[in-house]
Amino acid sequence: MERIPILRMGGFLLVTIQVDMHDKLAMTLQDDLTNRISEVGAKGVLIDISSLEIVDSFIGRTLANIASMARVLDAQTVVVGMQPAVAITLVELGMSLPGIHTALNVETGMEFLHRTVADYQESEYDGDYTED
Amino acid sequence: MTGTIQKTESVPIKSGSDVVLVRQRVRAWTSEMKFSLVEQTKIVTAASELARNTLEHGGGGEAQLALLQNGARQGIQLAFIDQGPGIPDVKLALSDGYTTANGMGLGLGGSKRLMNEFEIETEPGHGTRITCIRWK
Repeated sequence: MERIPILRMGGFLLVTIQVDMHDKLAMTLQDDLTNRISEVGAKGVLIDISSLEIVDSFIGRTLANIASMARVLDAQTVVVGMQPAVAITLVELGMSLPGIHTALNVETGMEFLHRTVADYQESEYDGDYTED
Repeated sequence: MTGTIQKTESVPIKSGSDVVLVRQRVRAWTSEMKFSLVEQTKIVTAASELARNTLEHGGGGEAQLALLQNGARQGIQLAFIDQGPGIPDVKLALSDGYTTANGMGLGLGGSKRLMNEFEIETEPGHGTRITCIRWK
């Protein structure tokens, strides 16, 4: 069965979507990622969509679902590399991907994850409960 | 909707991979017609939403691509045809947030915003035909 590979780097999972996904493949990715987060106790997930030529409402919803499921499993998600034409189209379509952290490229996305996870662990020591 | 049809292509929609095929064919057409990258992305995204509707709500059908010529102006016309249950309330179906399957309810209204002209012909029990055009 066709699958999108998930790479592990320390406490983070990395995914690069390089194919024009049909809906089932997107659902498989959602399930696989959720399982891997729980298996390895991942603290962050980075999804690189720089090769995606379109993001329609289904793919947008899949990304939002992944981010929500990851959050429930105590992991942060960042979506990186969205093409400008895709961003323009998504907003016109009516989807602004609320609740999804984005970054321009893999590098800034990784920085975001390191920072967020570090902040979160620090705030846990203080006994503060913060959610963003 | 005016203009003479210069060229047509029909793509059957029977499975999820056909939705991908529709996207690829529409991409090839819009690229050949020299739409800008943003316009191509909008048209392909609208085609993806409508093809999925044809599959999920119409039980499959077909997409018809047509090259329109209106004077000096060219446009791409996309028609999505199914023999499914039809849309009982078109106005409601076009409103954002309305969903019958488990989508986000942005398919119809969203694709209407991405195209220049948009028409729905539907009859309960007899299927749906959605025709939309984007002019260059």
